[in-house]
Amino acid sequence: MSSTPLRRTALDAVHRALGATMTDFAGWDMPLRYGSERDEHLAVRTRAGLFDLSHMGEITVTGPGSAALLDHALVGDIGAVKTGRARYTMICREDGGILDDLIVYRLHETEYMIVANASNAQVVLDALTERSAGFDAEVRDDRDAYALLAVQGPESPGILKTLTDADLDGLKYYAGLPGTVAGVPALIARTGYTGEDGFELFVAPADAEKLWQALTDAGSAAGLVPCGLSCRDTLRLEAGMPLYGHELSTALTPFDAGLGRVVKFGKEADFVGRAALTEAAARAEQNPPRVLVGLVAEGRRVPRAGYAVVADGQVIGEVTSGAPSPTLGQPIAMAYVDAAHAAPGTPGVGVDIRGTHEPYEVVALPFYRRQK
Amino acid sequence: MSNPQQLRYSKEHEWLSAAEDGVATVGITEFAANALGDVVYAQLPEAGTTVTAGETCGELESTKSVSDLYSPVSGEVTEINEDVVSDPSLVNSAPFEGGWLFKVRVTEEPADLLSADEYAELSAG
Repeated sequence: MSSTPLRRTALDAVHRALGATMTDFAGWDMPLRYGSERDEHLAVRTRAGLFDLSHMGEITVTGPGSAALLDHALVGDIGAVKTGRARYTMICREDGGILDDLIVYRLHETEYMIVANASNAQVVLDALTERSAGFDAEVRDDRDAYALLAVQGPESPGILKTLTDADLDGLKYYAGLPGTVAGVPALIARTGYTGEDGFELFVAPADAEKLWQALTDAGSAAGLVPCGLSCRDTLRLEAGMPLYGHELSTALTPFDAGLGRVVKFGKEADFVGRAALTEAAARAEQNPPRVLVGLVAEGRRVPRAGYAVVADGQVIGEVTSGAPSPTLGQPIAMAYVDAAHAAPGTPGVGVDIRGTHEPYEVVALPFYRRQK
Repeated sequence: MSNPQQLRYSKEHEWLSAAEDGVATVGITEFAANALGDVVYAQLPEAGTTVTAGETCGELESTKSVSDLYSPVSGEVTEINEDVVSDPSLVNSAPFEGGWLFKVRVTEEPADLLSADEYAELSAG
């Protein structure tokens, strides 16, 4: 624990008035849950949930060379992203190790907004700034310029429609457009980290409370509830989405994480990590060391990050994330396991839960996919 | 939150009822249940086993963590709450009532169990 005081979001007073249990997350004092995290999880799966995600790190890149800079600095084909669309991508080191996973929104022809994980925002900002040398583009730290609210769940389009004239029906998944919500200027993005339909709203911090209240009022009839980071974690885990520091790290390339598809070798630009990633891609193809899999418990004891995955008394992998799944009603985990044990249905796989080998079934990810 | 006056409390956030015919009931406090979050699995000591004051005798799993369960007294477990085994959320919804964990025939109890007021001070600090 550091002695640095925790940062508070623009919605801090709202969380406290709601009686939230708060937690230190990457140096931010964030709501962990307001009541039952299981109820919050199920609300997002069946109705809607409202999140404060203002800890996420926004970085703006502007200028005629923006696309060229990002094609150089990131592994994706960023120049090919159309204005108004978003892309899931990564920033890697020269050795291919993942510095962070990102969502990049192309706001205009020559302006992008990059959203980094709170824990990595400074690292990403520094790397982009360093990599911008020689490009006609400016990298701007916009972490304090935005509060971020997310409305997630099947009822979220209906709720948001009552507060905006923006064309939500025309707003596709992984697209974003500027608009007004409840009288507040907002970047409205159809993105999320829950496996449900939903929206992320980037607004000025001074407008955050007004927007939160408007969404709360508009959503109450549909069953919208405030949701904390605890259920966000179980929602993303069920949806098989990686979390930096768990499934992703500098010790892994995107190919090691089963996310090689984000690396676009076909783009013209030479990008940081290209050589190492070319080797990593070949290794993953021919001789993958470990593979990211899903595990579903046969019993009720919950696997946690760092627990060993075992078979025949041998350690064959490690749990990266684990939790009781509210949707499945059983404990689930993501784990890196030796390729020989990674096929769904591989018999004899277990997790060492504090000294006891509990049986687990190897399954394909994700655990949950919404019906469209 | 209020801690029932008729119960006594351990520093590990368990409560203990007054013994009837030598048998007392054990649970965790509302403070502890709130700190854990939704309890999803309770591993309780088996009836007939011996528990020792201040030592672990089971575990409670919640969404975010697993916590050891300590026995506030020494003695023999006479009964466990099967309702909690099948529905662990009772620990959250009724920690002092339907969410009790086990009953124990007390052979020895430590001198440092707390009153409701003393425990309230501890859990507020």
